[in-house]
Amino acid sequence: MRRHIFALVDCASFYASCEQVFAAAVHKKPAIVLSNNDGCIVALDGLAKKLGLKRGQPVFKHQELIRTHDVQVFSSNYTLYQEMSARVMAVLAEFSDLLEVYSIDEAFLDLSYQQIGDLTEFGRTMKERVRQYTGIPVRVTFAPTKCLTKIACELVKMNPKYGDVLDLTTWMPQQLDESLSRVAIEDVWGVGPKYARFLNNYGIDTAKDLRDADERWIRKSLTVVGARIQAELRGTSCIPLEVKRAPKQQIICSKSFGKEIAQEDEMKEAVSTYTARAAEKLREQESLASRITVFVRTNAFREDAPQYANSFTIDLPHPTAFTPDLFQYALKALHAIYKEGYSYKKAGVELSRITPMPVVQPDLFGEVTLSEHNRQARFMYIVDALNRIYGRDTLFFAVQGIARSWKMRQAMLSGRYTTRWDELVVVT
Amino acid sequence: MENEWSNVRFLGSISAGFPSPADNYLEPKLDLNELVAPHPLSTYFMRVAGDSMVGACIYDGDVVAIDRALTATHKKIVVARLGKDFTLKRLWIMHPKMYLRAENPKYHPIEVSGDPDFEIFGVVTYVVHRVR
Repeated sequence: MRRHIFALVDCASFYASCEQVFAAAVHKKPAIVLSNNDGCIVALDGLAKKLGLKRGQPVFKHQELIRTHDVQVFSSNYTLYQEMSARVMAVLAEFSDLLEVYSIDEAFLDLSYQQIGDLTEFGRTMKERVRQYTGIPVRVTFAPTKCLTKIACELVKMNPKYGDVLDLTTWMPQQLDESLSRVAIEDVWGVGPKYARFLNNYGIDTAKDLRDADERWIRKSLTVVGARIQAELRGTSCIPLEVKRAPKQQIICSKSFGKEIAQEDEMKEAVSTYTARAAEKLREQESLASRITVFVRTNAFREDAPQYANSFTIDLPHPTAFTPDLFQYALKALHAIYKEGYSYKKAGVELSRITPMPVVQPDLFGEVTLSEHNRQARFMYIVDALNRIYGRDTLFFAVQGIARSWKMRQAMLSGRYTTRWDELVVVT
Repeated sequence: MENEWSNVRFLGSISAGFPSPADNYLEPKLDLNELVAPHPLSTYFMRVAGDSMVGACIYDGDVVAIDRALTATHKKIVVARLGKDFTLKRLWIMHPKMYLRAENPKYHPIEVSGDPDFEIFGVVTYVVHRVR
């Protein structure tokens, strides 16, 4: 049997790193990136971690620390992060066609079919290439299974002596034992907090404990999911590279508002905007939806204000990805649940009952003729293409509103340096 | 959306007459990216402010293309991080010293050898200048 070799490439503090590539002033200063609406810390660099800041903390609790240590604070600039991520992934694709983009800042590569002499050297080359082309620091780990590359990545984070590159494929069993016993069970890839608590009750606290646990017991109590993780920890690859993701069965677009909404007109704009975005994602994965759900809620943290939350679902007469049709139903659903007298903090739109686009038959009851369906598809294709080429919201529908005063608060937003001519970095 | 419409722009026109004899010779239009950013993965654009490089025909308001994949060597025009700013200058390496030189007699060379706050961002490859 051919021996598998997987690589995991993981960008260190990705959002903060993206900001640091383009902001000269933050170089060598701690940096943090805030969530939508500037509420919590979502990403931070090594220096900020050393100050004791953590992911998920509300930023207002640390104003003092931020001031005294001159911590650089950024609103999340997903446009920039997404484009930089695409660059990183494209650089990695030069090293192997078998590439799985696992998340915005992580990728797996299957190197089983390549002749590579020294993996550590290969990893250093990858790391250096990514750093040179994009300025983003990465960690590279190699192992016979995806799960073990994740373990190796934990080891690299714990121990600076590896210099961000670690090859587990050459390790002796006792070396591996020792390291696996230092990785906590909840840090094992695929073991959620629920499984971790369950396993703790049976004295399984580390990756090594799980690897050495009784196979039948694992399969019985953790199902096939647990059995796979165990096999992967033992060095048998059973989670293959997922090169193309299966289309999503639900598409949700929902966000908190920058300021609370107390008017139905503003709420209509927000719901329409989320509908348009969800429909765009739907078309991106070449699908149609036949059910739409709209939900709204007030701010649960404001004990002084009256509370209300509700949702409404409409089954569509025919599957569609045509934004104007979806608007119509979204606004009907909103109208059914919207109540005056409340301040709303959040709304969302979910598209479900999703079917792939090509198998759709023209509606038997004649609601949409084939030529009408084609006209709609062509129209949305043009809208999506223009928005892709010239940037989000180049073309949008009037119902989405123009001022959008409810939009996310992003007071410390950096420029979209790689996608907008009018937001380039200035060089003197 | 990879449906049949994505291909439309590549079709020739359909008319009642004979097909155009030129249809077989159709090529994609010139793409400026090919010229200015042959390495799209490592190329970034920045906006120039100030007159320090007018001697190299780089003016205020121009856009420069910067390739991070190229090695910065003696006499290359580079963008560098210097303290709190990004700066555009010509790199001057005279071992063991290194300088950033403006192309404008108004400004003195800046010595950067040994400066911990100095870092090369990339090498300038093209200038996009609007002619007025």
